[in-house]
Amino acid sequence: MPDRGFLRLPARNRELALIALALLIATTGFAAVQLARAQEFAASPLIAAAFFAGAYLIAHLVVRITLPDADPYVLPITAVLTALGLIEIYRIDATLARDQGLWIVIGLALFVGVIVAFRDIRRLETLRYTCGAVAVGLLLATIVLGSEVNGARLWIRVAGLQIQPGEFAKILLVIFLAGYLRERREVLAAPTRKLLGIGVPALRHSLPLLIIAGASLVLLVAMNDLGSSLLFYVIALAMLYIATGRLLFVGLGAGLFAVGAAAALQITPRVQTRIDGWLHPWADEQAQCCYQITQSIYTIADGGVLGAGFGRGLILNSGGGTIIPYAQTDFIYSVIANEMGLVGATAVILLYLLLAWRGFRIATTADDGFSKLLAAGLATAVAFQVFVIVGGVIRLLPLTGLTLPFVSYGGSSVTANFAIAGLLLCISQRANRARA
Amino acid sequence: MNRRIGNLFIVLAVGLLGLIAMTTYWQVVARSSLEARQANVRLVYRDLAIDRGSIISSDGVTLAESKPGTLDGRTVYFRNYPTGGLAAQLVGYSSLLAGRAGLERSLDPELTGSTSDLAGVVNSFDRLKGDTVRGDEVILRLNAAAQKVAMDELTKLGVRGSVVVLDPSNGGILVMASTPTFDPNTGLEQALSDPGSPLLNRATQGLYPPGSTFKVVTAASALDAGVVTPETNFPGPSCIDSGGQKLCNFRDRAYGPHSFGYALIHSINTTFAEVGADLGKDQLEATMRGFGFFARFPWDYPPDQSLPSGIFNRRGNLIDPSAPIDVPRIAIGQERLLATPLQMAEVATAVANGGQIVQPEPVQEVRAPDGSVVRRPSPVYLGRAMTTETAATLRELMKQVVDEGTGGAAAVAGLDVAGKTGTAETGTDGKNDAWFIGFAPAEASRFAFAVLVEDVDGTGGDVAAPIAAAVLRALTAQTT
Repeated sequence: MPDRGFLRLPARNRELALIALALLIATTGFAAVQLARAQEFAASPLIAAAFFAGAYLIAHLVVRITLPDADPYVLPITAVLTALGLIEIYRIDATLARDQGLWIVIGLALFVGVIVAFRDIRRLETLRYTCGAVAVGLLLATIVLGSEVNGARLWIRVAGLQIQPGEFAKILLVIFLAGYLRERREVLAAPTRKLLGIGVPALRHSLPLLIIAGASLVLLVAMNDLGSSLLFYVIALAMLYIATGRLLFVGLGAGLFAVGAAAALQITPRVQTRIDGWLHPWADEQAQCCYQITQSIYTIADGGVLGAGFGRGLILNSGGGTIIPYAQTDFIYSVIANEMGLVGATAVILLYLLLAWRGFRIATTADDGFSKLLAAGLATAVAFQVFVIVGGVIRLLPLTGLTLPFVSYGGSSVTANFAIAGLLLCISQRANRARA
Repeated sequence: MNRRIGNLFIVLAVGLLGLIAMTTYWQVVARSSLEARQANVRLVYRDLAIDRGSIISSDGVTLAESKPGTLDGRTVYFRNYPTGGLAAQLVGYSSLLAGRAGLERSLDPELTGSTSDLAGVVNSFDRLKGDTVRGDEVILRLNAAAQKVAMDELTKLGVRGSVVVLDPSNGGILVMASTPTFDPNTGLEQALSDPGSPLLNRATQGLYPPGSTFKVVTAASALDAGVVTPETNFPGPSCIDSGGQKLCNFRDRAYGPHSFGYALIHSINTTFAEVGADLGKDQLEATMRGFGFFARFPWDYPPDQSLPSGIFNRRGNLIDPSAPIDVPRIAIGQERLLATPLQMAEVATAVANGGQIVQPEPVQEVRAPDGSVVRRPSPVYLGRAMTTETAATLRELMKQVVDEGTGGAAAVAGLDVAGKTGTAETGTDGKNDAWFIGFAPAEASRFAFAVLVEDVDGTGGDVAAPIAAAVLRALTAQTT
C-alpha cells in the first residue's frame, strides 16, 4: 500500500488510513481470540474494540487540529502495538484486558493533554529543572515508599493503584537532560586538561557523568532491578554522546557502570539470581533462577514460524493462571511469539524499529538542540527498553522487570509511553512546519 | 549532531535486529530439541489432549479412565483410576509426574490411538487439525472380583506378596495382585520413595526362591527323562550328604521307604535331591528352559517390569546354568534359584495344560472408539514343557497334595484343586517365603495359579494355600 501514491497523500490522511488499518488488525485479532476460546458469543470485546477505535479517532482529530504537520506514523504504530497487547492480554484474562483498555483510553487522553499543553515544545525547556527535581523525587519516593513485586522495588501504592513512578521519571529525566545538556554541551565537549594523554573535561564539568553513574548504581541496589538502572544509565550516556560527541564519555561511562554493577551485585541477591538464570537456565528448571526464563523459551519455541494463532497457543495452566508467571507484563513478548510466531514477533520488533526511526528522524529534522536531544533521548528510551526486556525473555540478556512499551499490561507503562508519543509529535510539528 | 543521532540509531537498530535473530534461533533452530526436553511441560500437556482409552476388567469394572477437564480453553483429559490400588501394578499409571508404567505403558499406542496402522495415521491427521484424538478401549482378562479377594487376603495378613491366576487354555491373566499397593490417583509421588516398593509388580518383578514348588519342575524332568516313575522307591532318611553339606527334610523329618509319587505329595527333600543328582545339570536345565526359565516371557508388558526367572549370582545377575551349581539343591528349589510368581503360575499352567506353555495374555479385547473390535488376542503357545503323559501323572499327584498332602488348606468345596506347596528359606532365621501353586479343576482346568507370601513364619500350606482357596472360591462364584 505505501506506494508513491500513498506517500503523496497529506500527512494526516496517511495517519488516518494507517489507524484504520490498525483498527482492522485489532478487530480481526479480537474476533480470532473470541472464536478460538469462547463457547458462546460475547458482545463485550466488540464494545471494547469500538471504544478503542473511538479513542484513537478522537486522538487523531486532535492531532489533525493542533499538530497538522506532525509525523503521521507514530500514532498508528502505537495503535498496532496497543492492539496486539490488548488482544493477548484479553486472551490471558478478560478482566485484565478491560483494565488495560481503560489505561489505553487514559493514555490517549494524556497524549491529547501533552500535545495541547506542549504544542510549542520550547515551553518544556523552561521547565527542565522542575522536571529534573520531580524525576528525582519520584525515584526517591519509589525507593522509600516502594513495595516489592516479583522481587523488584519498582512500584508504589497510591489510592489503591499500583504505579510505577520510574516510567514517568524516565521521561522527566530525558526532558531535564535535554535542557541541561543543550545549555552545557560546549563546556562538556571541550577538553581542558590532559590525563594520560587523553583530553578530559575539568572535574566540575565531568561531575554530571559521575553523578549519573553513581545515581544509576544506587537505583540498581535500591530497586533491586538491573533493567531499570541500566535503562536510566544508557539514556543518559546516549544523550551525553549526542550532545558532546565524545565517545570517550561513553566508553568511560560503560566501564564505570560495569565495575560498579559487578560490585553492587554482591548485595543484590535477586539480580544475582537473574544472572544465574541467564547463564545456566537449564541447570535446575524448577528453581527460582530458571523457571520463568525456561518456560519463556519453551513458550517462544512452541510458536514456531507461523505461531499457534490468536487464542490457540498454550499459555494458561490447568489452574487458569499463566504457565509463565507475569506473562501479561514482563513476558508478553513470549506470548506474542507463541501465538503469532516468528512472523508476528518480527513484525512487533520491526514496529519498534520503525518507531525508533521516526523518533530519530524527528530528532534530525528538528532545528534546535533541545528538540534534537529530547527526541533522540525519548526514542532511545523506547528502543533500549524494548531491547532490555525482550532481550531478557529470549535470554540474550539477564531477565529484568521492565515493560514492553504499549504492549505490556500496566497503567504506568501505557500512559507514560503515550506521553512520549505526544512529545515526539510536538517536536515533529515544530520541525516540519519550520521546514515547510 | 545529526551524524551522532544517526550513529545512535544504527547501534539501537542492530540491537533490535539482534532480538529478531535470537527469536529466530529459538523458534526455528532450537525448536525441535526444546520440544523433546523432558522438563518441557508442553510435552505433557500435549499428551493430555488425547482422550486416552479406558482399561476395563472382564467383569466390567473400570480400572482406568480419562476424565475431561479444561486447560487454557481446550478440552484435555486427566487420567483417573476408579479402583485405586486394586490392580495398580498390572494396570500401571500414566502420570504427568512419573511417566508411564505397566499396561498403561505397554498398551500406550492403542490407548492413545497412535498405532502404526491406518487408524493411527488417521488419528495423526486429527491431531494436526487440532481435533481430539480418542484412543482404543482395552478390556482385560482380569477378573476384578477375584483380584479384590486376592488383594484383601494379602492385605488382611499385612504381608508383602503376590497372587497370579492364569487361564490355562489361553494364558489370560485373571488375577495379578501385588502388595503393598499404591493409589495411582493420589499416592504416586509417595510410592516412588516408599521403602516397601509398592510400585514393584511382585508378580513379574519379584524374584523369590521357589522352594518345594520347584519340585514340580524337577519331577517333570525326571519323569520325562525316565529317571524315575511314580512308583520308584526311595529310602527317605531325614538328611543326606550333598556336595559335602547336609541337606535335610523339612523339620528334619525321616520318612522311611516310599515311592517317588509319595515324595512329591509330602514334599520330601532328600528324595528330590537324589533325583536331581541322577538327572544332572543339563537335563534339569533343558526342562527349566522348556518351562520358560532363563528368559522373560515375551508378553504385552514393559520388558523392564517382567523379569526372567533362573539362577542368579550374588550381584543379582542371571548366570549361565553351565556355571558350577549345586544341582540337588536346585532340584528342591533352593541354592541361587529365584523365580517370579508369574513363572511359577506358568509351571502350574503347563501341568494343567497337558504340558503346553502358553503366553501370559492380559488383554481380552481392544475396541475402537466406535465400539468395533480392533484386536482379540488368540492364545500363543510357547512350546512344550513336558509330555502329555508326564503332565497327567503330575496332575494326579498334585491333586493328592491337596487331598491328603501338604496342601490341604487349598481345598474348595465342589472344586477339585491340585497344587504344590513351597516353603523357601530366605536366609533370615525362622522366616520363609511361603508358596502355593496349582490349578483347578484338576481336569479341564480353568485356573492355574501361584500364591507367594514374603517373609512369614508359616509354611506354604499354612499361609499361601488358604489364599489360593479364597481366590478360587471367588473365581468359581463368578463363573458358575
